[in-house]
Amino acid sequence: MLADKDRIFTNLYGLKDPGLKGARARGDWDGTKAILAKGRDGIIDEMKKSGLRGRGGAGFPTGLKWSFMPKQSDGRPTYLVVNADESEPGTCKDRDILRHDPHKLVEGCLVAGFAMGAIAAFIYVRGEFIREREALQRAVDEAYEAKLIGKNNVHGYDFDIVVHHGAGAYICGEETALIESLEGKKGMPRLKPPFPANVGLYGCPTTVNNVESIAVAPTILRRGGEWFAGLGRPGNTGTKVFCISGHVERPCNVEEEMGLPLKELIEKHAGGVRGGWDNLLAVIPGGSSVPLIPKDICDTVLMDFDSLRDVKSGLGTAAVIVMDKSTDIVRAIARLSYFYKHESCGQCTPCREGTGWMWRVMTRMARGEADVEEIDLLLEVTKQVEGHTICALGDAAAWPIQGLFRHFRGEVERRIMDRKMARARPQAAE
Amino acid sequence: MTKILIDGVEHDLDPTLTMLQACEAVGKEIPRFCYHERLSIAGNCRMCLIEVKMGGRPGPKPVASCAQQLRDLPPVKEGQPLHELVTNSAIVKKAREGVMEFLLLNHPLDCPICDQGGECDLQDQAMAYGMDHSRFSENKRAVPDKYLGPLIKTIMTRCIHCTRCIRFAAEVAGVDELGAIGRGEDMEITTYLEHAMASELSGNVIDLCPVGALTSKPYAFTARPWELRKTETIDVMDALGSNIRVDARGREVMRILPRNHDDVNEEWISDKSRFIWDGLRRQRLDTPYVRKNGKLAKASWGEAFAAIAAKVRATKPERMAALVGDLAPMEAVMALKDLMVALGVPNLDCRQDGAAIGLGPREGYLFNTRLGDIEDADAILLIGCNPRTEAPVLNARLRKAWLKHDAKILRLGAPADLTYPVMELGDDPAILRKSSGSEFARILKDAKRPALILGMGALTRGDGAAILKAAVTLGGETGMIGPGGEGGWNGFNVLHTAAARVGALDLGFLPAESGRDIFGIVQGIGEHAIDFVYLLGVDEIDMALMGNAFVVYQGSHGDRGAERADVILPGAAYTEQSGIYMNTEGRAQRANRAVFPPGEAKEDWAILRALSDVLGKRLPYDDLIALRKKLVLEVPHVAVLDKAPETPAPDAALWREIGAAGPIDGGQKLTDAIADFYLTNPIARASATMAECSRLHLGGGLKAAAE
Repeated sequence: MLADKDRIFTNLYGLKDPGLKGARARGDWDGTKAILAKGRDGIIDEMKKSGLRGRGGAGFPTGLKWSFMPKQSDGRPTYLVVNADESEPGTCKDRDILRHDPHKLVEGCLVAGFAMGAIAAFIYVRGEFIREREALQRAVDEAYEAKLIGKNNVHGYDFDIVVHHGAGAYICGEETALIESLEGKKGMPRLKPPFPANVGLYGCPTTVNNVESIAVAPTILRRGGEWFAGLGRPGNTGTKVFCISGHVERPCNVEEEMGLPLKELIEKHAGGVRGGWDNLLAVIPGGSSVPLIPKDICDTVLMDFDSLRDVKSGLGTAAVIVMDKSTDIVRAIARLSYFYKHESCGQCTPCREGTGWMWRVMTRMARGEADVEEIDLLLEVTKQVEGHTICALGDAAAWPIQGLFRHFRGEVERRIMDRKMARARPQAAE
Repeated sequence: MTKILIDGVEHDLDPTLTMLQACEAVGKEIPRFCYHERLSIAGNCRMCLIEVKMGGRPGPKPVASCAQQLRDLPPVKEGQPLHELVTNSAIVKKAREGVMEFLLLNHPLDCPICDQGGECDLQDQAMAYGMDHSRFSENKRAVPDKYLGPLIKTIMTRCIHCTRCIRFAAEVAGVDELGAIGRGEDMEITTYLEHAMASELSGNVIDLCPVGALTSKPYAFTARPWELRKTETIDVMDALGSNIRVDARGREVMRILPRNHDDVNEEWISDKSRFIWDGLRRQRLDTPYVRKNGKLAKASWGEAFAAIAAKVRATKPERMAALVGDLAPMEAVMALKDLMVALGVPNLDCRQDGAAIGLGPREGYLFNTRLGDIEDADAILLIGCNPRTEAPVLNARLRKAWLKHDAKILRLGAPADLTYPVMELGDDPAILRKSSGSEFARILKDAKRPALILGMGALTRGDGAAILKAAVTLGGETGMIGPGGEGGWNGFNVLHTAAARVGALDLGFLPAESGRDIFGIVQGIGEHAIDFVYLLGVDEIDMALMGNAFVVYQGSHGDRGAERADVILPGAAYTEQSGIYMNTEGRAQRANRAVFPPGEAKEDWAILRALSDVLGKRLPYDDLIALRKKLVLEVPHVAVLDKAPETPAPDAALWREIGAAGPIDGGQKLTDAIADFYLTNPIARASATMAECSRLHLGGGLKAAAE
C-alpha cells in the first residue's frame, strides 16, 4: 500500500484549500525555476528515467512522447495540449484533479511546455465539467496573477495557458479529434500520419497529454525520476489514481501504487464488493472500452498495464467498474454498445455502421431474442470493426463485446435457449 | 525513387506516391469510394485497406492505402527484406468484404429504381469485392431527402458518407454550403438551410457521388446508362472548349457529362454545360421560313433559297453584310466567308458584341498562358473579367492557384464574389494608364509569373482597343510579356465568352478593306446603306438595330434573330454536327455529331454550300473532308487537334501592333460582360432548367408555398 509520503495528489478529496496558497503549502510551485534550470533535455531524461507511462489509457511512455517534439523550430510555434476531456465511462480521476488540485496541472503545463519548447498550453476541458472548468480557470488566473505563468513571469519562460471548454463529445478525447475541435471544427479524428508532433494544432507541432500525466510531472521532477521508478513494478512504475465504482461498499478515487492486486485495491479502499468478494461477478478494470475480467481472474490479477494486457484486458484509465452477481452482464455490455454507437463520430465506415449493428444485436441478445449462431456473427462483426477504423473508438466499441463472449458466452447462450424454450412450449401443448 | 514490393514483385517508385497510387501505377486495382484524385484525402470509407508488411513481418492492422505515402514507411533496416504492399491476401479480402458489408447495411436495395444503376461504384464494387449475401437482419436507416436546388436530386438514404461532395464544394467550387450534421449513424449531408447550392459548378457533385444519393434532377428516371449512345464532343457554352460526352437515346440528347482533360477542364463542367440539354429540344427551327405579308410562313428549302437569291441579285455587294454568332463551328464560318467573298461582300464581322480584338497578331486575342498553366501564376490581374460567370471551370483553376500557392488575384471591375480573396482595384479602367508606382503594379512586378486576363467586359467598350493597348503596355512593364517574361512565360490572356470567336478570328471573318465592322453595319442599316444582312446564329444583338434590312437568319433556335428574320434557314446545334472549335487558348478541338438535327434542319456548312449553288457561286467543296482540307490550308494550326499554341518567343515588336492608342473613358465604369450566367445563348434561353436556375440565382428565390 502506498505510503502517505509518496502520495502525489495530496488534496484529491478536496479537504484542503485548492487555491494557490493551499497548493503552495502542499509543495506545488516549489523550486519550479530549479526544475526549468535542468534544461529541456534534462527534464525529458528525468521523465524517461521515471518510466511514467501516459495516464490517458494507451500507456505510451511520456518522456519519449515529449522527445518527439522538434528540437529546432522551423518557424512554427509548438503547443502543448492537455486532454481534460475525460469522458470514458467509469473514469473520474481528472475531474478530482481539476476540482481540488488544479495547480498541479498548471505547474505541470509550464514544466512540460518548457520541456518541449511550447509557447502555450491549451487545456481542453470536457463539456459537462462546468465547475471543474471554473476551478481550473481560477487556478490559471491565480498563476497569472502571481506571475508564475504568462509574459515575463518569475520563471523566465514566457508561457500562456488557455482553458478551452468542449461541448461534451466523447470522441473529442481522441487526440486528433480534440485538436480539430480546439480549432473550431467538427470533432472528427484525423488520419495519421502525419502525427500531431509534426502537424498538430493549427498545423504546428503539438503534444497531447492526459491531465494526470502532466499533473504528476512536477512532483516527479522535484523528487527525481528514480523515486517514481522505485514505486510499482518495472515497466509499470509510479503511482496512479484509480477510480473504483459500481457494486462496492464505498466507490472512490484513490491514488495507489501501480501493480497492486485488484482484490487489495477493492477491499482496502472501496470497502470490498457489495455482499463480499464471493459475490463478485466481473470487473471492467480500465474504463468502459477494455474487456471485462471475471472473478477468477480478479482474484489474482495485478493492476498495471502489462498484467492486465496478459489477461487480454487493459489498464486503460484505471477506472475499475465492479459488478456483483446481481448484474445482468449482457445488458450492461449492451448499454456500453449503445454508448459507443451514440458517440461514434460517423466519419469512417466500420465504426459508423458497425457500432449501430453491434448495439442492435446486443440489445436483442440481452433479451434472448437471437439465434445462437448470431454470437459468432457478432464476434466477426467486432473483428471487422477492430483495427479497420481511423481512430481507436472502433476498437473500444468492439472490445467490451469480445470480453463478454470470452468469459460469459454460456450466459448468452443460456438466455437464447431459455427464450426459445419459452416460445416453444405453448406450441407443443396445442 | 524508392524500392518496394507490391504483391511480391519489386518496383522502383516515386516516394511521394500514396500507397494507392503506387498500386495503381503497377496495375493493381484498389477499390475506393472517398478517394478522388482532385480532392483532398479523407480516408474515411476504408475500402482501400491493404496489408503492409514491414521488413517481411505482417503489419498490426490493415492500412488505408489512400492516406499514406510510400515515404511514410520507416526506412528498411539493413539485411531485412523490402517493405511489401499486399493487395490480394486473405486479410485484405476480408477487410474489403467487411467494409462493403458495412456500407450496404443501411444502403437501400433499390437499384432497380435508382438512376445510378449501371454506373454505380457501390454496385460494381459490391459485385467485385462484396459478399454474396447480407447477414444484417435489423431495420435499415432512412434519411430525409434534402433540397439542393433544381439541378441535384437527393435520395439521402443511399448516402454512404464518403464526403466527396462536401470536399468538392469546399475545395473546388469554393462555396462552404455542404456539410455533415449529426454524428455516428445519424450523420447527414445537407446544406442545412436547404437552399440551392450557389455555385456554377454544383452539377459536378452528381458525377462525384459514388452512389445514387446525388443524381441529376432533370435527367431523373428518363434513361438507363446502357441504353444511351455516348458521343465524345466539345462544349460551346463558354470559350474554354470543355470536353464533354453527350449521351443520347434515339434522336434526343438525354444528358451531358464531362470528360477528363487535364489541360482544359480537368473533369469539371459548369452547370450550364451540363444541364443545357433540354434547350436542345425546345424552340427548335425544324423547317425553313419565309416572311410573307409581315408573317413568317413555313417554306421549303427551295422557296427559302429563292427568296434569298432574289434579294441578293437585287442588292449590290457593298450594301450587304454578314455576321457570325457565338456558337458556329469553323467549317460554317469558312463556308459563309467563302460565299461572301465570292459575292464581293466586304462587310463581315464575327464580333457581335463589338469586342475590339482581332487586329494584329494572334497572340493579341488568345489565352496565351494556357488554361492548365494559369494555376502556376502567382499574381493575376483580371480586367473587366468575371471568370465565375464567363468561365466557371477557369474560375476553379484560379481558386486552385490561390489555394496551391497563395496566388494574389487582383481585379479591375465591379466587385464580385469569385470564391477566393480578390484585391479589388475599383471599376475605373483609366488606372491602367496610371499604374506606375501603384501597389498593384508593384505586386505584378514582384511576382515571378504574373498574368493578366482581359475580359469582354473591358474589350466590348467603345475604348476597348485603348484598354487592350494599355493592358499590353502594363504586361510589358511587369514582365508578363516581352523580354521580361521569365523562361517563356507569357502572362497575357484574353478570355473569350463565345466558343466560335477565336476560330472566326483565325479565319479572318472581319471587315475587308473598305468594309464595315459591326458598328458600321448597324450604322449603315440606319442610314439605309445596308439592305441585306446574313446572320449565322447571331442572337445577342438588339434586333431593332436591323431596321428595314432584309435579314437572313441561319441557326438552330427560334430566338431573337429568328424572330426578326425575313428568311430562316434551320441549322444544326452543336450536338448535331461535326465541327471544329478553337477555344480561348487557340486549341482546335473537334465536336462530333451525337444526334441528327430535327426535321428539315441541316448542318450549317451544308446549308451554305447549297445556298452558294443557288446564288451561282458554288463553293469548291462537296463534303466535310474537302472543306476541312481547305480549312487547313487557310488556318494551318487547325491541322493539329487538341494542341494549344506554344508560348511565342518574347518579341516586343509583335506586341506593339496590338490594340490602339486613344483615350480611356474613366467616367464609364467597367462592368461584367455577362449579366445572367444561365441565359447567355439561344440554347440556354430555350432551356426550362436554365430559366429555373436563373430565377433562383437572380433573386427570384423559391416559389412560395402560397402559390
